Amino acid sequence: MTTDIRARPPVGPTDIASRSLPGRLRRNPWRHPWILEGFTWLYLIWSLVPIVIAVLFSFNNGKSQSTWQGFSWRWYFSDPVYSVLHNPTLHSAVIQTVRLSVYTTLIAVPLGVAFALGINRWKGYTASTFNFVMILSYVVPELIFGVAMFFAFTVLFSFVHLGTIAQVLSLVTWNVSWPAIIVQARLVTLGRQYEEAAADLGASQWRTVRKVLLPLLTPAIFASAVLVFSSVIDDFVIVQLLSSTVSTQPMSVIIYSQQHGGNGGPALNALGTIMLIMSFIIATAGYIGYRLMTRGERGSTAESLTTIAGA
Amino acid sequence: MATRVQPTRQPALPRSEPPERRRTFYAMLALPGILWLALLFIVPFYAALAIAMGQLNRLYETPVAIWNPLHWSSANLTNVVRDLFGATAFAGPLMLRTIIYVLVASALSLLIGYPAAYFVARFAGHRKGLFLILLIAPFWISYMMRMLAWIDLLQTSGYVNKVLTSLHLISQPVNWLGGHSFTVIAGLVYGYIPYLILVLYAGLDRIDPSLIEAGRDLGLSRARTFLRVTLPLSRQAIMTGLLITMLPMFGDYFTNQLLSGSPSTSMIGNLIQGQLGTPGLQGQGAILSLLLLLVLLIPMIYYVVATNRASREAS
Repeated sequence: MTTDIRARPPVGPTDIASRSLPGRLRRNPWRHPWILEGFTWLYLIWSLVPIVIAVLFSFNNGKSQSTWQGFSWRWYFSDPVYSVLHNPTLHSAVIQTVRLSVYTTLIAVPLGVAFALGINRWKGYTASTFNFVMILSYVVPELIFGVAMFFAFTVLFSFVHLGTIAQVLSLVTWNVSWPAIIVQARLVTLGRQYEEAAADLGASQWRTVRKVLLPLLTPAIFASAVLVFSSVIDDFVIVQLLSSTVSTQPMSVIIYSQQHGGNGGPALNALGTIMLIMSFIIATAGYIGYRLMTRGERGSTAESLTTIAGA
Repeated sequence: MATRVQPTRQPALPRSEPPERRRTFYAMLALPGILWLALLFIVPFYAALAIAMGQLNRLYETPVAIWNPLHWSSANLTNVVRDLFGATAFAGPLMLRTIIYVLVASALSLLIGYPAAYFVARFAGHRKGLFLILLIAPFWISYMMRMLAWIDLLQTSGYVNKVLTSLHLISQPVNWLGGHSFTVIAGLVYGYIPYLILVLYAGLDRIDPSLIEAGRDLGLSRARTFLRVTLPLSRQAIMTGLLITMLPMFGDYFTNQLLSGSPSTSMIGNLIQGQLGTPGLQGQGAILSLLLLLVLLIPMIYYVVATNRASREAS
């Protein structure tokens, strides 16, 4: 490849011929970018090693979060007072996280899928307006949204008190865009030929959706459910602003308030590790499920991975 | 690329049902979602506006919403404008600090994130799956857990100080968590960079490799190919990636609380969150958050339009 370039006259500002020949020959233009790879590894170490250390400290046999004092399970269940199992605050935080994730996923996913189907096939002014509103709900900073919800539930819908119900209602709004966006993207890729074929063969609208579209959309619906569930596990701002008593505070809020309030300790690392394990189980299940569902399609490992992460 | 003709996707209506019934059916499907967004997204913002433009019940220190725009009071707005721009303004410097933190943190995120995303998208080869898993992993780890990890490391007795003293880079342990802008900005970078990298990776991965190969074949050096071909083609990903990290950073109030806790590193989010929990100041919190929304509305709409265009081009 280099030879025919040399034969040509200099091209524009790059001016290849004026460069020293030996220098150009020595350098293989398709060499592996070792510096870039090294930088990437450094980034990965910086991003992941602190987490590994934090997980290790959840097993620390002492009260320190920074000095290793031997291995123990005391912060998970052995300690009769301060372990996640026995401390009522930490214990209820785990339950609240699971509760919020399950409720939100069960409401947001069907709502978002129906919305995506309706909006995408019902062209019109109302449809595009509300599609825009839905995408706005995806980009609005969480604090601003949380403030609006806080006032909605303290002033307007004050019959819904702050707590689990207010949290779930807000989290559904906050997360309904995942299924709505992912399912719409899939609908665009699918095109209309399947529905038209079904309609030509005499299927009713409802039957077309149920027997043709929903099966085709299953991977997208599944991926969005995984994303909703995991993003609720991670959610902090909305649940904090709309929580009432300690019993309505999930793990993220407890880690924040205890650490910030000076009550830090390896039990919080244990709580964080439990969150991490929950998320990783969901992610792994999501990846495997998505791969199985899209088995017949072309598509790579990389594609499945990024879909499950929402890109 | 955008003008690819797709004759098979003409929106032909199915013959078996009249178009009106079809439309009604899909409208009914969308209706629950539309009602939900109207009641639990649009109305709450109006409630915040009614509080922001409302009055204060001086006896109970509770905000009183005024629903009719004709009766709106500017009391809260006056207070907030005074705090932002007046002689004794404390919110103005806070806003300035927020902007500086967000700009520095997102610029650093881009400088760190772009090379990593670029490497994985272009050069990872058969190890792409492994690199992607490692790149995406932080996305699945709770933000609070990731902050906790750095709190552990940065404590006075933590590993960062231990390593630095053993290397004789510092003579005595540094109190990293004692209110340093540096720590807060680093925390913001650490916290939000996974989202940026994911968007950058997706954008860089979509670039047709033959375009880059063409640049190299025509004699451009690796650096010049990058500057002339790859970088312009990834401009869209850079913009949307930066937005998706900057928008939440503007509303961040927990990163600096955990990593510094000092008022000297407070951001606008801290003020809003603090006012929300203070009787008598809730109306001002409402107006401040709506003003922030107003400022961020332009980048938000840019993001929506840009991603819409990108998805249209991709399909």
